[in-house]
Amino acid sequence: MKNSKKDYQKILGSVQKPVLGEAGKTGTWSSKKPHIDLNTCIPAKSGKSSCFNCWLYCPEAVVTRTIPPQIDLIHCKGCGICMEECPVNAITMEEVKY
Amino acid sequence: MDLPEEEFIYPGTRACAGCGMALIYRIALKALGAKTLVTVPASCLTVLHGMQGFCSTKVSVYHTPFATTGASASGIVASLEDKGLENEITVLAFAGDGGTTDIGIQALSGAVERGTNFIYACYDNEAYMNTGVQRSGSTPYGVKTTTTPEGKLSHKKDMPKILEAHGIPYIATGIASYPLDLFEKFKKARTIHGSKYFHILSPCPPGWGYDPKDTISIGRLAVQTGFWILYEIENGIFKLSKPSSRYLDPLKRKPIEEYLKAQKRFSEMTQQQIKVYKVYIDNMWKDIKRRIECQN
Ligand SMILES: Cc1ncc(C[n+]2csc(CCOP(=O)(O)OP(=O)(O)O)c2C)c(N)n1
Ligand code: SF4
Ligand code: SF4
Ligand code: SF4
Ligand SMILES: [Mg+2]
Repeated sequence: MKNSKKDYQKILGSVQKPVLGEAGKTGTWSSKKPHIDLNTCIPAKSGKSSCFNCWLYCPEAVVTRTIPPQIDLIHCKGCGICMEECPVNAITMEEVKY
Repeated sequence: MDLPEEEFIYPGTRACAGCGMALIYRIALKALGAKTLVTVPASCLTVLHGMQGFCSTKVSVYHTPFATTGASASGIVASLEDKGLENEITVLAFAGDGGTTDIGIQALSGAVERGTNFIYACYDNEAYMNTGVQRSGSTPYGVKTTTTPEGKLSHKKDMPKILEAHGIPYIATGIASYPLDLFEKFKKARTIHGSKYFHILSPCPPGWGYDPKDTISIGRLAVQTGFWILYEIENGIFKLSKPSSRYLDPLKRKPIEEYLKAQKRFSEMTQQQIKVYKVYIDNMWKDIKRRIECQN
């Protein structure tokens, strides 16, 4: 790019494309990742659609509202909120190697 | 009541781990849906949206200069009205506390005085976080920031009160620790014509000095100690929201020390300063009690 007027107009008039992982693989930001114990997790154990606190409180929206809940570890930032908010302590934070 | 499953923000944004603002924005967009146009001034929320060429949200976002959030919303609404789309699309202005209580206050005041049909939401992380924690008009008393190294000397601005003086039809406070309360309020605001204002406390792990896992529990403590009060003001009628209603009784409130001690930004506060907090919280609630009694 030469930074000519035309180039700047292109920038101003551009349409931003929505993408998954706009900031890259944010899972690499932390080495600790949540692990759900399916013998303890309420929906996994009961087969009923209930709880889903991990889905509700995740700021990154990487948990699915499914039985059992699944976590996109490539983008999970490892904050640990899901672990804190799980009512039955089914989630532990574990070291994950890349 | 449950939240819809559809997401409007893609995972893998530039927000920090455990960011309260990211969760607030996620819940707000769930309530407002795909037909929402957002205008955002310089802030951590700008960064969440990403760099040139790509973005993290499915809704359209307009990046507006710092002081102009309210004015940009008026312009967007006017253009929608011109195209006959004003009933189809919700205009949402989303700004930080610096961009709302200091830098954008004039444009916001003008927009609501004109009766612009939009929702303005301030996510309040109680400092200029994106530039490295400088104090704002919304930083609470005693907080250490890079510009108040000895702790801030004055209390935070009561922004909803300032908006109330404009006579707008809807004002609400919120916090992500009570996601259903926040969701319901955005849902309701969407159906009201005119200017709607949200003030949402937004815990911030690096700026407040706590472990990211505690974003929800710290927010809950803010409500349980009576520091943060959840309410709505609809056409001048004040209503305490359910999570806060029991704290009208001072004996039900947790000691404010529990909230202060959980965060590094309040470290080194003296007993005298903690007393100032107790009086401050008592006075806020006394005002609310009087108000509720007058209404009945
Ligand atoms: C006119 C102008 N002045 C200063 C800045 C630098 N700036 C960018 S974001 C920011 C902080 C915004 O604080 P706040 O509104 O509280 O949002 P937060 O970053 O805390 O989310 C500042 C000072 C700018 N972009 N434009
Ligand atoms: S650790 Fe944080 S980002 Fe990862 S799934 Fe749990 S709440 Fe979501
Ligand atoms: S919060 Fe815990 S119990 Fe609830 S769905 Fe998630 S893992 Fe299961
Ligand atoms: S600094 Fe605070 S508000 Fe900004 S992205 Fe990080 S956690 Fe969120
Ligand atoms: Mg801020």
